[in-house]
Amino acid sequence: MSAAEPALRCRGLVKRYGDVVAVDGLELEVHRGECFGLLGPNGAGKTTTIEILEGLLSPDAGDVQVLGMRWEHDASRLRQRLGIQLQETQLSDKLSVEEVLRLFRSFYSQGPAVDELIASVGLDTKRTAWYSKLSGGQKQRLAIACALTGDPDLLFLDEPTTGLDPQSRRQVWDLLRGLKQQGRTILVTTHYMDEAHAICDRVAIVDQGKVIAQGTPTELIASLGAEHVVAFALRDGVELPAEAALLRLPGVRRASLHDGGGTLIVSHLHEALPALLRAVQAPDPFSLLTTHSATLEDVFMSLTGRQLREE
Amino acid sequence: MASHPLWQLTITRFREFLREPEAVFWVFAFPVLLACALGLAFRSQGPPEVLAGVLAGPAAAGMEQTLATGGGMRVRTLDRPQADVALRHGAIHVLVIPGDPVTYEFDPSRPESRVARYVIDERVQAAAGREPAVRAADRPVTVAGSRYIDWVVPGLLGMNIMGTGMWGVAFSVVQARVRKLLKRLMATPMLRSHYLLSHMLSRLLFLVLEVTALLGFARLVFGIPMNGSLFTLAGFCLLGAVTFSGLGLLVASRAKTVEGVSGLMNLVMVPMWIFSGVFFASENFPDAMQPFISLLPLTALNEALRGVMIDGAGVTALVTQAAILLTWTLLSFTAALRMFRWR
Repeated sequence: MSAAEPALRCRGLVKRYGDVVAVDGLELEVHRGECFGLLGPNGAGKTTTIEILEGLLSPDAGDVQVLGMRWEHDASRLRQRLGIQLQETQLSDKLSVEEVLRLFRSFYSQGPAVDELIASVGLDTKRTAWYSKLSGGQKQRLAIACALTGDPDLLFLDEPTTGLDPQSRRQVWDLLRGLKQQGRTILVTTHYMDEAHAICDRVAIVDQGKVIAQGTPTELIASLGAEHVVAFALRDGVELPAEAALLRLPGVRRASLHDGGGTLIVSHLHEALPALLRAVQAPDPFSLLTTHSATLEDVFMSLTGRQLREE
Repeated sequence: MASHPLWQLTITRFREFLREPEAVFWVFAFPVLLACALGLAFRSQGPPEVLAGVLAGPAAAGMEQTLATGGGMRVRTLDRPQADVALRHGAIHVLVIPGDPVTYEFDPSRPESRVARYVIDERVQAAAGREPAVRAADRPVTVAGSRYIDWVVPGLLGMNIMGTGMWGVAFSVVQARVRKLLKRLMATPMLRSHYLLSHMLSRLLFLVLEVTALLGFARLVFGIPMNGSLFTLAGFCLLGAVTFSGLGLLVASRAKTVEGVSGLMNLVMVPMWIFSGVFFASENFPDAMQPFISLLPLTALNEALRGVMIDGAGVTALVTQAAILLTWTLLSFTAALRMFRWR
C-alpha cells in the first residue's frame, strides 16, 4: 500500500434487509493515521456500514477497499491487520482479563505481549479479575485491548462509549487519543456529538444510510455560517414572529421555528439577542431563552430538522 | 505450544467448564450418585428370603414352628383381614392355612410366590416325615457380571458420555452465539476449524476424567467386572464421545437461544434414555421396534460397553456397533458444518 493510498475507501455501498434499506449508496474515504468518526442517530446505518467494512457482512452493492486490499481476495491477510470492537460482544463471564487477552493474542501472528496490552488499557489491577466482575468502563477497555492484540494498522470501534458514565467515557477517549498518536488509523461510530468533536480528526454525518455531510468538526460547525445558537420558547398566548422576520434580524444566519419556540443560528450574539427581544412584543414573553456555542448537534439539526439523540 | 490458538481455545473451554459448579456436578457427581443409588436398591445379599404367613387358628403355632425350622424364611401368624392385606401388598408370598388338606393361598402371577409355595411345601412334607426319593446336593455359584449393578454401570457410562458430549458442545456454542462472542471471534484471524476442534479436544479431556470417576467408583464400591481389554473400552468411550459431540454440534448449529437448544437436546436424548437400554434392557420393547432401536447411537454404545466389560468381547465382535457410531459421527458432522450459523 502506498503512502498516499487511503486506509479505507468505499463507494456506492448498499445493504438491504427485506424492504428496509439500511445503507443507501454510502461513500467514505479514511486517510491513514486519522481518527474518522461516523456520527449519526440510532438506526442511521452506522453499525451495518462498519460491519461491511469489517468483512462481517457482505454488501448488496458497492466496492470496499481496506488497506488497499479486498475482502473477497485477502480476507485472512486483512484479519491479521485489523483490530475490531463490536457493539454488543459479551466475553465469557468466568475468564480473567489476562486469560481473555491470551486467547485473543493466540490468533495473531504478531502483536504486543499480554502484559503490555493490560498496561496499555490501564487494567493492571484487574488482570486476574473475572470479566463478570469488571465495571462497564473496564469491560469496554478490555474490548479495546482485544482489538489491539494483533497490533493493528486499522481499528474499528463501534460505539465504544455507549452506556458509560462520563468519567469512563473520558478514560476511553484518552485511550483512543493515545492510539492515534501511535499512528494507527481509527474508524469510530458514535451518536455523541461531543465524543466526535473530542476525538475525531474528521467526521461523516450519516442519516438514513447516506453521508449527508463530511469534514473536520470545526469545518462542519463553520458550515452553519455562524458559531452561536439561540434557542427560545414563548409563553402560551405570545405570538410567534414570522421566520422571515427573524432572518432579517441583525446577526441571524438561520432560523427554524417549531411549536411555540425556535432556534436561531447567529454570528453576532450581542446584536442578535437584543434584536430578538425587541421583535417579540410582549411583557415577560419567554419561558425559555438559552444560548450556546454551535456544536455538531446543531449541524445535524440544521441538516435534518431532527435531534441527533431522541431523549 | 502454549500460545497455539487451538491450545488456547481448548484450555479456555476447560476453564469455563471447571468454573461452572453445576456443570461439574452433573458430569462427575451425578452419575456416581446414580450408580450408588441403583447399587443399593438392587444389591444382592444371598438367596432371597421366603415370606410366609400362617392363618391364625388352633394349629397355627405348630405350623409356624415347622416352617421356621431351617432358616431362610420369615413366618408370621395373621388373622383373615390382615392376611388379605399382606397378600395384596406382597408382604407375604404365600398364606398357609393349616388343616387337611394344608392349603396354600398365593397369586401364581408372582414368580416369587410360586417359588415360595414349593419351599414351604418341602418343609411341610419333610416335617410330616417324607424322605427324599433321590439324594441331591446344592452348590451355590455366583457368576461375575450377572448382577443388576454390573449390567447398569456400562449403561450409565454410555448415558453420561451422551449427556456430557451433547451438552458440553451445544450449550457453549449457543451461549457464545447469544453473547455475540461467536461473531467477535469471526472478526479475528481464528480458524473456524480450530474453534470446532477445541470443543472436541476439551471433550476428550473431560472424558478421561468422567470415565475414570464413574468406573473407578463402581469398581471399588461394587466390584463390577472388567472382562475385556481396557484399550478397547477406551476406544469405544472415545468413539462415543466423538459421536455425541457431533450430534451436539448439529443440535447447536442453528439454535439462537439456550432455551431453544435445550428443547432440541431433550428431543434427541430422552428417547435414547428410554429405548437404548440404560436402566432396563431394550429387548422389553416389541420386536417390530428392535431394528430402529438397534440403530440408535446410544444403543450401539451401550451394547459395545457391555460387550467389553461384561462379556470380554473384542473389537471383532463389536464391528456393527462401531460402524453405527462412525456413521452417526460422519452424518452429524457433515450436516452440522453445512448448517452452522457463525453469527
